[in-house]
Amino acid sequence: MQIRQQAISRALSQLPQALLLSLRNHLEIWATVVVVLAAASFMLSRGTGFSITLMTVFAIWAMLAVSLNLVLGYTGLLSVGHVGFYGIGAYTVAALTANPRQELLEGEIIQIFAWPFFAALPVAVALCGVVAFVVGVAFSRFRDDVYVLVSFGFAIIAYNVFVNWQWVTRGPFGIHQIPKPAIFGYTINDDLEFLVLTLAFLAIVVGISWLIVTSSFGRVLKAVREDEDAIEVFGYRSSRYKLAIWVISAMMAGLAGAMLATYTSFVDPNSFILLESILLVAIVILGGLASIWGSLLGALAFVLLEEGVRFVPFLPPEHVGQVRQIILGTLLVLLMLFRPQGVAGRFKL
Amino acid sequence: MGALTRCSTIRRSLRHIWATEDGEKNMTARDQHGGAQQQVSTALPLLELSDVSVHYGAVVALDHVSVQIYPGEVVSLMGPNGAGKSTVLKAVMGMAPVSTGTVRWHNDILASPTHEIVKRGISLVPQGRRVFTHLNVEENLELGGMHVRDAAERSRRLDAVMEFFPILRQKRRDPASAMSGGQQQMLALGRGLMSSPEILLLDEPTLGLAPIIVSEVFQRVTEISKTFGTTIVLVEHNIRGALSIVDRGYILDKARVAFEGTPKEIEDSDILTQVFLGREDNEE
Ligand SMILES: Nc1ncnc2c1ncn2[C@@H]1O[C@H](COP(=O)(O)OP(=O)(O)OP(=O)(O)O)[C@@H](O)[C@H]1O
Ligand SMILES: [Mg+2]
Repeated sequence: MQIRQQAISRALSQLPQALLLSLRNHLEIWATVVVVLAAASFMLSRGTGFSITLMTVFAIWAMLAVSLNLVLGYTGLLSVGHVGFYGIGAYTVAALTANPRQELLEGEIIQIFAWPFFAALPVAVALCGVVAFVVGVAFSRFRDDVYVLVSFGFAIIAYNVFVNWQWVTRGPFGIHQIPKPAIFGYTINDDLEFLVLTLAFLAIVVGISWLIVTSSFGRVLKAVREDEDAIEVFGYRSSRYKLAIWVISAMMAGLAGAMLATYTSFVDPNSFILLESILLVAIVILGGLASIWGSLLGALAFVLLEEGVRFVPFLPPEHVGQVRQIILGTLLVLLMLFRPQGVAGRFKL
Repeated sequence: MGALTRCSTIRRSLRHIWATEDGEKNMTARDQHGGAQQQVSTALPLLELSDVSVHYGAVVALDHVSVQIYPGEVVSLMGPNGAGKSTVLKAVMGMAPVSTGTVRWHNDILASPTHEIVKRGISLVPQGRRVFTHLNVEENLELGGMHVRDAAERSRRLDAVMEFFPILRQKRRDPASAMSGGQQQMLALGRGLMSSPEILLLDEPTLGLAPIIVSEVFQRVTEISKTFGTTIVLVEHNIRGALSIVDRGYILDKARVAFEGTPKEIEDSDILTQVFLGREDNEE
C-alpha cells in the first residue's frame, strides 16, 4: 500500500517535468503538422501543376538546407558561402550542357559542349568538391567570426566570377537553353518525372547526411562544434574533419545547383547573390541546427512562404519579394529570442 | 576529513605494494626522498621537462622550468593563479609555444603535434572538465579512445572504465549536460583513461566541486594510480588535499619552480606561506 502511494507521489512529482518535456517536443511536432498541412492545402487548392513546381523547388532548397546544416549545425561553422557552390554546380552543368540557338549568342564566340546532363552532373559535383577542398584548406586557419567574414568573401568572389568570366558564364546575360536530363535517349521532359528525379537526389543527400551524422565521424563533428581544442587532445585533427565535411557539403550544394540549372533551363548570376546564402542560413537556423528533419521542414516552410506571398490579396507584385524577406526576418528574430535552437534543433547558434 | 584519512590509508597500502616489490630499502628511499635524486640512479624519468620556457607575447608563462616525473609516481603541481601550472601540461601536449628547452618522453624528445601525443600514451584531462555536453556519456568516453583501431579493444576499455566508475555505466545513455559537476569530472577522468595512458595529466580536477566531492575525486585519483598503474601529474589548487595523496610536489610561482619535494618537505618548509600568503597581489 505504502509502496503504491510512494510510486504515485513519485509519478506526480515527475509530472511537471514530463509536461515541460512534452511541451518542448511539442513545438517540433506542432510545426511539422502546421507546415505539412499548409503545404497540402495549398497544393490541393492550386492544382497538380503548381504542386509539382512547389515540390521541385522544395527539393532543391531542401538539398541546400540539409547540406548546409552538416557544416553549420553539426560542425558549427557559420558559412555564408554556400551559395558559391550552389552557383558552381549550376554553372558547370549550364556551361557543359547548353546548346543555344545561334541568335541567342549575339555573334559572340562561345564554346559549346552540348554534353548530356548526366555527363555534366558528376563533373559539376566533383568541381565543387575540388574548389571546396582548395578553399577549405585556406579556411581551416579561420574560426568563428573571422570564418563568417571569409565565407562572405568567398560568396562575393564566386558571384563576381559568374558576372565577369564571360567566356564561360556569359556574364549578366546568363546561359540559356539548358536541356532537361536524358537517359539512354529518353528525355525527362515531364514535370512529374523531373520531380521524381529531384526527390531521388534529395533522398540520396538526406541518406548520406543521416549516415554521416549517426556515424562516429558525425560524433567527432559534434565534438568539434563544442570544443575544437579539446578534441585534438584525444587524437583528432579537427581541421581534417572540418575540411571533410566542408567538401561533402559543398558537393551536395553543387548537386542542388545542377538540378536548378536543368530545371529552370536558364542560369544567371542573380540566382547566386549573397542574400540567397543568408536566406539559406536563416532556413537552417529556423528549422533547427543539427536536425536534418528541421532543415527539410525549414525548406518546405520557406518555399511555401516564397510561393504563398504571391497569392496574398491586395499585395502589389513588386513588393512580394520584400514581404517575404520581412516575414522571414521577423520569424528569425522571434525564434532567436524565444527558441534559439530553432524549431527542431538541439543546439543554439 | 574522513575521506582524506582513507586516502592516506590507500597511500600507505600503495607504499606497501612498492615495498613488497622493491624491497624494504627502496621503500625507505622513496619515503625519505631526496625522492627524484635518489631514483635517478635506478630509473629514468618517464616524462621530463628540461629548462622549458613559454612566452605568450610579452607574458612569460614558463621561465626555464624543469620537471621530472618517474614511472608510477603521483606528482602534484601547485601554485597560485597564473603561476604556469596549466602551461606545463600544455607544453607536454604540444599546445604551448615552447621557446627554450625540451620535453622528453621515455627519454625521447617529444615534439609531436597535439593529436599525436595521445597515441604515445599521454592523456590530458583539461582544466574545466570540458566534456562534450551534447553527446551522451558513452559517446564522450568513446571519443577518448577512438584512436584505438581495434573495436574489440575499444569496447574492452569502455567496459573497464565503466567498471571503475559505476556512475558512468548507470548514466551511459544520458547527455553529459545532465550530469552534476562531480559526475562530469568522473566522466572527464574516464574519458582520459580510455586511451589506456601511461601518464595522466590532470588539470585541476577538483575545481568548483563541493568539498565532499573533492575528497572523492582525490580518492579516485589514488585508485587510478593503484588500479591501472598510471603515472599521474596532478595540477591542484587544493594544496592540503593534493599533498595528502601525492608522492612529490612542485610549487610553481611566477612561471618558475619555487620548490620541489615530498609532502613532508613541503609542509616543513615555509614555501607555502611564502608563495600563497606572502604576496599582496594574490587574493587566493
Ligand atoms: N593563450 C594564452 N595567451 C596569452 N597568455 C596566456 C595564454 N595562456 C596562458 N597565458 C598566461 O600565462 C600565464 C600562466 O598561465 P597558466 O594557465 O599556465 O596558469 P595556471 O597556473 O594554470 O593558472 P590557473 O590556476 O588560473 O589555472 C598566465 O599569466 C596567463 O595569463
Ligand atoms: Mg590552469
